[in-house]
Amino acid sequence: MKPAELDYIRADSSEEACALLAEYGEQGRILAGGQSLMPMLNMRLAQPRALIDVARAQDLAQARIDDGMLRIGAAVTQATVQRRTRLAQEVPLLVQAFPHIGHYQTRNRGTVCGSIAHADPSAELPLCLAVLGGQIALRSASGRRTLAPAQFFQGPLTTARRPDELVEDVRFPLARPGERHGFTEVAMRHGDFAIVSVAAMVSAEEIRLGVGGVASIPWVRRWPRLGDNDLDDALNQLAWELEAHDDLHASAAYRRHLVRTLGKRLVVELQG
Amino acid sequence: MKRFARDARHRVAVLLNGVRRSGECEARTLLSDFLRHELGATGVHVGCEHGVCGACTVRINGIAQRSCLTLAVAADGEDIQTVEGLAGAGDGLSDLQAAFRRHHALQCGFCTPGILMSVADFLARVPTPSEAEVRAMLTGHLCRCTGYSGIVAAILDVASSRSKRRSGV
Repeated sequence: MKPAELDYIRADSSEEACALLAEYGEQGRILAGGQSLMPMLNMRLAQPRALIDVARAQDLAQARIDDGMLRIGAAVTQATVQRRTRLAQEVPLLVQAFPHIGHYQTRNRGTVCGSIAHADPSAELPLCLAVLGGQIALRSASGRRTLAPAQFFQGPLTTARRPDELVEDVRFPLARPGERHGFTEVAMRHGDFAIVSVAAMVSAEEIRLGVGGVASIPWVRRWPRLGDNDLDDALNQLAWELEAHDDLHASAAYRRHLVRTLGKRLVVELQG
Repeated sequence: MKRFARDARHRVAVLLNGVRRSGECEARTLLSDFLRHELGATGVHVGCEHGVCGACTVRINGIAQRSCLTLAVAADGEDIQTVEGLAGAGDGLSDLQAAFRRHHALQCGFCTPGILMSVADFLARVPTPSEAEVRAMLTGHLCRCTGYSGIVAAILDVASSRSKRRSGV
């Protein structure tokens, strides 16, 4: 349970980090909080030649409101965002999701961007970003681009990020008046990986429902506001289109059951 | 920018429990191993080595985190507190440690140093927590002896006596 040999480089800025990514190519990995990457290194599931640590890069350490979005830099920890005094007004969905993310001690070091870049299908932050229709800002030595979650998340631990790109920041849209948000999940133990997680945003015009932990990426559906029977039909269709699998944590049938039940509970509460 | 090459040993200096200390390690050395083997801080316990059990929790710049998920070179220059830094001079246990003893909040004691470091940080930030908040914080630690009840009681006891002391009662 020790990492294989590696070079460790502390980058003092995003520019340095991008130069190092260009130098190492696929052999370089960005380290921020390390709460997902370090276990993978310890178990030798990942053996990069070099770790490029951005945790102390000052230009990545900011979280701020910009252009209607909460923009969170790559070095900002989950605990820092969770403690924002106005988070309940800014991105209320995150207030509900944070307690489910790992534990107090891992949120202290784990970063928001790191969870997005890691792209675990059962992780809470990718699901929230997908439901809210946020953005992922990528930077390399040759330029910048911004992707929507539907473009970025491609499969389990697989994203559209190119090997020479850094997730520079992620952007969560600020809540608009009239929107209501909800998050719930079922896990074996508090802080464990979710068997099914459900995030929702309901406004006067629409319902957005996202499911994590079942498909290989965060899965989002948009509907107009629905009556009871139509909602049941929509949720049942969603439960089946996720193509749930049996695994050692839960059966496919149980996962479909959770999608229908948790989804119904959340939407009924938010439409009420 | 600072590079630590794979095939060399590197000097890492930290402030350990208020004392300047340094030692040598490889770029890949975990902070938990560095603290134990190089600096002799064997109160840092190593359990699962993938961030689940919480036994290796230390405070880095005051913030409770897993030393098994941190590289020693990444902690270079930081202020680190381990369980060895909790007690005062002489045989005086800290109020937190004394409460753990009073409430039978430990049996084998393997998980205890990590829990104490989490609680030290937690109570500094959440001085009067509810039982639910304490239990949520404790989900980051595994204790196979106590069933957690004594731990929860000890933490609530300390929070309440500190808050009385603050208000001068």
